[in-house]
Amino acid sequence: MQTPASSPWKQAVQAGLIAGAIAVLLSLVGMVASFSGRFIISGVFSMGQIIFLAPMFLMTYSVLRRISPQSAQKAILIGLLIGLVGGIVLVALVLIGKSINLQVMFVNSSPVLHKILTFGLELVPGLLVLLVISMVMGVLASGIFLLPKRLAAAIFQGLIWVLLVGLLRDLILTVTSRWGPLAGLVRSLFALSGLKPVAAVLLFALIVGIYYWRGKKPAAPLTPVLPKPKQRPLVRWLTWAGIALLLILLPPILGIFFSDILDTVFMYILMGIGLNIVVGFAGLLDLGYVAFFAIGAYTMGVLTSPELGGTMTYWQALPFAMIACVLSGLILGLPVLKMRGDYLAIVTLGFGEIVRLLALSDWLRPWFGGSQGIQLIAQPSIFGFLLNTQQELYYLFLIGVGVVAFIAWRLRDSRIGRTWMALREDEDVAVAMGINHVATKLMAFATGALFSGIAGTIFAAKLQSVYPHSMNFLVSINVLCLIIIGGMGSIPGVFVGALALMGSPELLREFAEYRYLVYGALLVVMMLTRPEGLWPDARRRLELHEEEIEEELAAETGPAVMETTK
Amino acid sequence: MLRTWRQRITVTDVVVWTIGLAIAVMVIYGSAKTLALGKYNAVTWIDLSITGLALGGVYALIALGYTLVYGILRMINFAHSEVFMSGPFTAAFAADALIALGWWNKYPILSLLLVALVAVVVSATIAVLLERIAYRPLRSAPRLVPLITAIGASFFLQYTFRGLYGSGLKGYPDMELLKGFWMLGSIRIFKTQAIVIIGAVVLMLILYAIVQKTKMGKAMRSVSEDKEVAALMGIDVDKTIAYTFALGGTAAGLAGILYLLLFPQAHFYMGFIPGLKAFTAAVLGGIGNVPGAFLGAMVLGLLESVGPSLFLDGMGIPAPYQLKDAIAFTILVFILIFRPSGILGERLAQTKA
Repeated sequence: MQTPASSPWKQAVQAGLIAGAIAVLLSLVGMVASFSGRFIISGVFSMGQIIFLAPMFLMTYSVLRRISPQSAQKAILIGLLIGLVGGIVLVALVLIGKSINLQVMFVNSSPVLHKILTFGLELVPGLLVLLVISMVMGVLASGIFLLPKRLAAAIFQGLIWVLLVGLLRDLILTVTSRWGPLAGLVRSLFALSGLKPVAAVLLFALIVGIYYWRGKKPAAPLTPVLPKPKQRPLVRWLTWAGIALLLILLPPILGIFFSDILDTVFMYILMGIGLNIVVGFAGLLDLGYVAFFAIGAYTMGVLTSPELGGTMTYWQALPFAMIACVLSGLILGLPVLKMRGDYLAIVTLGFGEIVRLLALSDWLRPWFGGSQGIQLIAQPSIFGFLLNTQQELYYLFLIGVGVVAFIAWRLRDSRIGRTWMALREDEDVAVAMGINHVATKLMAFATGALFSGIAGTIFAAKLQSVYPHSMNFLVSINVLCLIIIGGMGSIPGVFVGALALMGSPELLREFAEYRYLVYGALLVVMMLTRPEGLWPDARRRLELHEEEIEEELAAETGPAVMETTK
Repeated sequence: MLRTWRQRITVTDVVVWTIGLAIAVMVIYGSAKTLALGKYNAVTWIDLSITGLALGGVYALIALGYTLVYGILRMINFAHSEVFMSGPFTAAFAADALIALGWWNKYPILSLLLVALVAVVVSATIAVLLERIAYRPLRSAPRLVPLITAIGASFFLQYTFRGLYGSGLKGYPDMELLKGFWMLGSIRIFKTQAIVIIGAVVLMLILYAIVQKTKMGKAMRSVSEDKEVAALMGIDVDKTIAYTFALGGTAAGLAGILYLLLFPQAHFYMGFIPGLKAFTAAVLGGIGNVPGAFLGAMVLGLLESVGPSLFLDGMGIPAPYQLKDAIAFTILVFILIFRPSGILGERLAQTKA
């Protein structure tokens, strides 16, 4: 694969083996079996089947894009070959699993898995069907590759939409259940699990049609774009008002269960915005971010829980919690000022663990409750109205996110925001330009700690209790993942990342067990292919793709212009 | 440079030194009080020290992987703790198979070697694959990018093994041969602990010899000095780096087997804490330095084992053993703050640290 000169057939076999290996891994890890109960198209295609067939499809597509074969025949043959090789690997898995008891070691190599892989048929016809479908996947990918770009993009969108709608059946049905006559129509589209086949075809056709029609405009090139002319203020205000109204109306629309999920997502958005300042703006990788969350939650607990002699209300305790977080941010920040990059990451990780271990220890039990945690934490009230259900607490999260997002957005373009980014890009140069790196870094740590602490106080109030076990390293990793997937340094990216990463394990219970596996894989794939994230900050995207953009500019404008700009 | 020392001291320094001083005072006060109380006798201290040395031996072998990779790529291989976990977790199944064959207690030495071989093969394979897939394409990327990749790879591996082998504890069988203890004068030493200490020392010496004496070791050291120049001298940089990961993985696999002798349970999360401790050890000894890793690991093992009783018990802290991890992390934080170059390390330039 490294040498572009190697023959396309050899590459195809290699790609097939890799695709097969990925499919085997996904099967043995248990994802195939867990997801096989969730149908995308009722009775036809389940998520489990997609999981073990998608590698052949995606691998074919990426191989074809890399080698771009001249003839259509060759492309289809490559797809066929990749599907065949990948299918053979899967067949081997089933045959080995049937003859030797692999389950002693690999807990998921069960008859259930074999049944899913053979599509519920007898062994021999089942394996043949598996091979054929695997090859069809490869050929399908080549087919899409051979189509004109505009149509291919539309088909991809169609597939993604069908997949999402099928997966999010429960959410869609709950949301639409109060829409009167429409509710019945929507309900008729879905089966007990997934979409009805006819509905899936209709939806696919609709989406492909829409995207094909919209695809007339050429896609935006990856070049520095001048700021867009400002929209008319009225339109902008109306858009914002519409979004605000929608956000306010969400809990009654969604119901208790989905409101709870929304609470979790918003809590992570709060923390994400804070960590985004530390990691995204200032470039300081903080792996112990949960420490500040814990400090916020514990301060709230100690001051308001009658268990430990606290007598304050939520609002009285909030300023103290905020001060505690800022102070701890400064205390962590001061000693690590001189460190960079990976050492900083490890020190903050150690700091986070120390905080957790102290909260857990018997030594500080009289103050922090040890492993029992703190119960009976006060819940906030607004104008004498106690917020105690998930739907009501949502508004507290909403206010928090609104305020914090506004602050972060204003900070980004302020003087301090620009100094953060200067430090991120090159500390030595920034200091030489007269930036006070001590104050700047401390400011980043303190702001990040403050936002995380606010999330912690609301978290404590929501559960009315805090436990040291909920303050583990995985929380920091969740937040880190969501800002990286969303796009480092980008505030809308935090929203996208939190919705995608924190929402999905809650909406799809099967996914919850594999969340860290998928997050880990996503981090690696993201860093390898798209380090700027899903919704990148414009400036950061330019930084990460500097060379490509220069090449593109050179190709567009010719060498003469490049010389004058240099 | 012309300013006097009074002008050079900043608020930062004052705060840092105050915290450091406070901890030093606490440690001395706690130790003095513990010794004055005389709650523990000499035998207990010796037992604790032996436990500490055995732990230190395991940390030393893991730390080797961190130190070699850091030396050559200037990155923390965050996923090394999973390289450490993967080998012994798989080897625990091999041990079961050997029991089923009836070899486990019949040919104990051979069984141990076979189990170690399985662990080494798995760990080294994972390490090499990790480098090939996740790190090699990012060698020239900004510093944060490979580190984030390493964190992602760590979680991916951890939860992949959880999915493959299940989330429960996998018991590692004990051997008839290694049960009981030897008497060394009046000191009682468990056979497993003795084997771990001796094994770790011997393996560290062998691995050090590989780094210092073999041709490949020479290539590794030259690549860690300067990749471009090494490439110009005809060294295959990619191959050398892959070899470094393989060597680190081998050490981690062996460490895993020794670790299972001490704590006979394997699970998917077993790598995280020892990995972090081993990294601490590598930093303590001076990262990029093999003897330093050994020294740092032994010191850390001792401090972690003796520390809770010595430093904390005297201050009347209940259940001090709960805080042994906190001690290790505090050491890590303070070493990185006060002497990032470690005990034996070269003076790292700021760009490296």
